[in-house]
Amino acid sequence: MTNPKGRFGIHGGQYIPETLMNAVIELEKAYEYYKNDPEFNEELKALLNDYAGRPSRLYYAEKMTKDLGGAKIYLKREDLNHTGAHKINNVLGQALLAKKMGKTRLIAETGAGQHGVATATAAALMGMECVVYMGEEDTKRQALNVYRMKLLGADVVPVKTGTATLKDAVSEAMREWTSRIADTHYCLGSVMGPHPFPTIVRDFQAVISKEIKEQMLEKEGRLPDAVLACVGGGSNAIGSFYNFIEDKNVRLIGCEAAGRGIDTFETAATIATGRLGIFHGMKSYFCQDEFGQIAPVYSISAGLDYPGVGPEHAYLHDIGRAEYVAVTDDEAVNAFEYLSRTEGIIPAIESSHAVAHAIKLAPAMDKDKIIVITISGRGDKDCAAIARYRGVDIDE
Amino acid sequence: MSKIQNAFKNGKAFIPFITCGDPDLETTAAVVRSAVENGADLIELGIPFSDPTAEGPVIQEANIRALSGGVNTEKIFGLVRELRKDITVPIVFMTYANVVFSYDPEKFISICSEIGIDGLVLPDIPFEERDDFLPLCRKYGVDLISFIAPTSKDRIAMIAKEAEGFLYVVSSLGVTGTRSEITTDLESIMKIIRENTDIPCAIGFGISTPEQAKKMADISDGAIVGSAIIKLLAQYGKEAPCHVGQYVNSMKSALS
Repeated sequence: MTNPKGRFGIHGGQYIPETLMNAVIELEKAYEYYKNDPEFNEELKALLNDYAGRPSRLYYAEKMTKDLGGAKIYLKREDLNHTGAHKINNVLGQALLAKKMGKTRLIAETGAGQHGVATATAAALMGMECVVYMGEEDTKRQALNVYRMKLLGADVVPVKTGTATLKDAVSEAMREWTSRIADTHYCLGSVMGPHPFPTIVRDFQAVISKEIKEQMLEKEGRLPDAVLACVGGGSNAIGSFYNFIEDKNVRLIGCEAAGRGIDTFETAATIATGRLGIFHGMKSYFCQDEFGQIAPVYSISAGLDYPGVGPEHAYLHDIGRAEYVAVTDDEAVNAFEYLSRTEGIIPAIESSHAVAHAIKLAPAMDKDKIIVITISGRGDKDCAAIARYRGVDIDE
Repeated sequence: MSKIQNAFKNGKAFIPFITCGDPDLETTAAVVRSAVENGADLIELGIPFSDPTAEGPVIQEANIRALSGGVNTEKIFGLVRELRKDITVPIVFMTYANVVFSYDPEKFISICSEIGIDGLVLPDIPFEERDDFLPLCRKYGVDLISFIAPTSKDRIAMIAKEAEGFLYVVSSLGVTGTRSEITTDLESIMKIIRENTDIPCAIGFGISTPEQAKKMADISDGAIVGSAIIKLLAQYGKEAPCHVGQYVNSMKSALS
């Protein structure tokens, strides 16, 4: 029997058509080489620092802390990165890797549009062609990001199949990759898909927890008691968790999108409602029916509106190292407004799911405890949608 | 010896692909019978999946039509039981890994064996990921079909050496769907395959005309056609069986 590759416990693997096998093997070999190449790492560090604005701030949210009256709250400000989200960390790494591999064209899927914008940005910077696949439903929810991608020189292809959301955008990007491999790198945006993507994306996002650790030791002289992040595919969450996995006293809490509630069909909370399956190149948990048909999931957040979860999260859940909680649309929208009013920071609706759970968690913790919330992106893109949710119609 | 090899004893094999339940199971049964009467040597029955990532628009739509018509794995097992009362040509299931995995692979594959399914085609299970299915397929005598793609290169020998039933050779990059021209150097690929295995090889993806089918079958052992047949189903619906029959007849004639 062959040796399964890229496993996190029973999860992960490479469940893809034969047509793509040599492409992922080539990618894995290139990554194994360049991740230890000092020149590659220097170039990437320069891009992250000088272009993307790293390290991102770890900000003590004093008003929020006092208002909630419990644990001390810090915000990891990934929203301050260039392009407004953590997605740029991964994209700069993958684009640089693709360039070293001689690829001239990047394709990507996007949900909220943040990964699409980041990929279009990296393509513009590095002189590469770029095509972004985006569910038609999401092109409507996130019209501003569609315009930004086009402004950056990318083609945006609206995907009309299925639920016309993130899952369908991933399927279409995979289909496109099988038809054009030689010059094209599929710049996958989350810790999902076939090996080596969950590992590559995690490594490029792990800079978040590396910085949190350093900044926390500098500011508080100790590690935090809990780290919270939102989970769709799970890239900002794994980035926020990764360097704390061995620090068993740090609680790692992933916040999934419950949509209208985990007891309804309109939810995207995979760990709460899904079961083991094989889809989009990986074995992991998926929302599906009794015959294995993938469920049409729902969340107000286009970035979390995905029926699966990255295989490393599935594993961290299995072994009990990370906790996963479900946060509804209502709670997320309240948190979106709360952080805007309380700290003058408008978080992405995705990140608002983590803020919402912190609002519940912090008051129940002692004042000498510390929690960190990763604000994975900025919320400007969501203002029109949240206004609509509140019954206000505004022109974008 | 695998029953699938019988499909390759009557000259070059013609293998139609049909999505079960498109537009309903009665039509699927009639289409299968019409195809067999007109010379189909092996039937590839698709169990629809919500997100068929290896399919082009034509088969994607067939999957949607079938699922919205209410078909499911149980009902498709029933269809095969019904067909096996009179249909003797080999039949394989084509579906996505999650359909089998979610049902419980052992239960699924043992039922396949019991109802007369000879092989399983899973486009999202490459050579390295066969462990969830291969031991069970061997236990119950169902062939797990392997793919060779235009990009397989150094993998061809490895895959061919362990292939069972028949080898599914993918003619072109990309997803399923008709193509005006097939440009892959399939002769070179076939040469490496032949050096490594004796099992039959059928070429699929992009084939729609009798000329293309003949060209592909000349260098292999048969041709697989999906989208061109599904287009007839989309066009004629419940009236499709006789049209599919005529089409299969023209294709099989071109191969003879």
